[in-house]
Amino acid sequence: MLAQRRLRLRIEKTGAPFWFRSLLPVLILILTFVITAIFVLWGKANPLQAYYYFLIAPLSSRVSALEVLVKSTPLLLTGVAVTFAFVAGYWNIGAEGQLYAGAIAAAWLGTVLGGLPSVLAIPLMLLGGFVAGALWALPPAWLRVRWSVDEVVTTLLLNSVMLFIVSALLNGPWRDPVSGWPQSPEIAASTMLPKIVPRSRLHLGFVVAVLAVVVLWFVLSRTAFGLKLRAVGLGRNAARFMGVPVERTVLTAALISGGVAGLAGTVEVAGIHFHLIEAISPGYGYTGIIIATLGALNAWGVAVSALFFGLIDTGAQTLSRAMGVPVYLGEVTQATMLLVALALIPLQRYRIRLLSESSEV
Amino acid sequence: METFVLNLLAATLRVATPLLLAALGEMLIERSGVLNLGIEGTMFFGAFVGFVVADHTGSLWLGFWAAVLSGVAAGVLMAFFSVSLGVNQHVSGLGITLLLGGMALFAFRLLYGGRSVPPSIEPFPQLSLFEGVPVLGVLFRQYLFTYIAFLVLVPLAWWLMYHTSFGLNVRAVGENPEAADAAGVDVFRIRYIALAIGGGLIAAGGAFLSLAQLGSFTHGVVSGRGWVALALVIFGNWDPLRVMVGSLIFGGTFALQLRLQAMGLNLPVPYETFLALPYLVTIAALIIAGRNATYPAALLKPYKRE
Repeated sequence: MLAQRRLRLRIEKTGAPFWFRSLLPVLILILTFVITAIFVLWGKANPLQAYYYFLIAPLSSRVSALEVLVKSTPLLLTGVAVTFAFVAGYWNIGAEGQLYAGAIAAAWLGTVLGGLPSVLAIPLMLLGGFVAGALWALPPAWLRVRWSVDEVVTTLLLNSVMLFIVSALLNGPWRDPVSGWPQSPEIAASTMLPKIVPRSRLHLGFVVAVLAVVVLWFVLSRTAFGLKLRAVGLGRNAARFMGVPVERTVLTAALISGGVAGLAGTVEVAGIHFHLIEAISPGYGYTGIIIATLGALNAWGVAVSALFFGLIDTGAQTLSRAMGVPVYLGEVTQATMLLVALALIPLQRYRIRLLSESSEV
Repeated sequence: METFVLNLLAATLRVATPLLLAALGEMLIERSGVLNLGIEGTMFFGAFVGFVVADHTGSLWLGFWAAVLSGVAAGVLMAFFSVSLGVNQHVSGLGITLLLGGMALFAFRLLYGGRSVPPSIEPFPQLSLFEGVPVLGVLFRQYLFTYIAFLVLVPLAWWLMYHTSFGLNVRAVGENPEAADAAGVDVFRIRYIALAIGGGLIAAGGAFLSLAQLGSFTHGVVSGRGWVALALVIFGNWDPLRVMVGSLIFGGTFALQLRLQAMGLNLPVPYETFLALPYLVTIAALIIAGRNATYPAALLKPYKRE
């Protein structure tokens, strides 16, 4: 009698083994960089050398490592902003416009609050930026809960409208009278965010961003409101049945989301540029959506993603200067990473089992 | 006054053309149950591919078809994520928009460097069907694509949607994929086809901008028109004729804005008010139409065969 052993693979629908789930982020990173290596090669650069400039060089000096944190600041805020909305199932794609609303508020308050001491002026300015972002988020949110008008489309369209408002301000009443450039007058010194590390660009806005992450964590995991947000996000009807005031919860989530996105614009104006310019954001609002997704709508995940994306943004500039690879490699890498993650994350739900069956012959 | 109105109408058709092309593509896709937020990036990428291929080969038509092909590829990529993998459509669509946007800018910078004056080509000519005839002469001086979009594609889309088995299958798959599957319709295949065709149309809209209207490619060549097309689909309640009406309303507002700007009137409001007006009109139209919008029932829901 010969016992033949046959090996068979079976795919089971249970959670993947722990080692696989912990390796997944590494796998996503490797695959992303293999794909983007095509673009590096096209840019006539050596990928290994390029990735040194891209990922390691920014961390090798104090100045550029702090610059990574500077770049992460608006991304932390937009990531948190988007998470607040997405957790509640409200698809706020308008963080970009809300960011500019906060930037406008900062540019305005920065000139009118000049007479106040910093301890008063700065909190007021942050509050103003939050309120401005929330106000710009209000119409689509209200239309959503009142008349079920699709918020995806309205928030996207309002992003375009906001860019026209910024352009109208900068080419009209706020045009710099001295240089004639489309930039608003410089904000008062007392409203500029103080540097938290001497001889760097790292400003108080980074602390604000870290606080936003902590607040997100606290609200989502430690408060009844966070529970309501998640209940609404999981299913509006079920949440309603449980007695959650769905409309009010969605509206609040949308306003907080807009407010935090507004803060991103505020700290960029008050911490970095000191003027309102059209190029305040190269799409931080949209990148926030990637960050929130990669962070799995979890505060710490958002923090890690935002810091990593700050590294990519800094690295793309370093690489562009050092090797002439266009700076847009950063955007390509970030979008690729999102798509690779979306493709690989479902694998977490499966487990491949090697079955050995012995059969009598 | 008469020339003003005539020019305005002619410009309306011109401005509406890329929106109509993209909106028809998106309509087909959404009818099959997929929301394609890759639309803005697909348009942008189509504009880029069209320009670069036309510039390098000297053939506008080669550029146009290359753009359409790039749109088909973008649609298939979206299908891979939304249909095969069944991941969140909002996020995967935006991811594709960001990827295509980044890729186009990256490649454009490599190919053309950071010039201050964008490179340009001789664009598609306008065709005059009634040259010299008083009213029709102005109205029918249009690009070939405008004629095709309004006179061929809209009726074709309508016929395809309501009078062919393909259209029936698309609608069935977008309304009730389980029932369609039970009746023997391949849900995955229909959605792939819808995304491929729709992607091609969306990219054609982008190529129209770079190859016909502008003759160049710039960062702002699409500037949110994809999102407008997305809104027009809802406004048009997923019906080709109503989508066309929507594109004309937006086109009209936009053309009016251009005329008012060109007239250089000393207006008490900044000219950006007029730029924003079409977007605000679209939102207003969305509020009116969107309240009774009948979304395809399976929109955003990935189909999984258990």
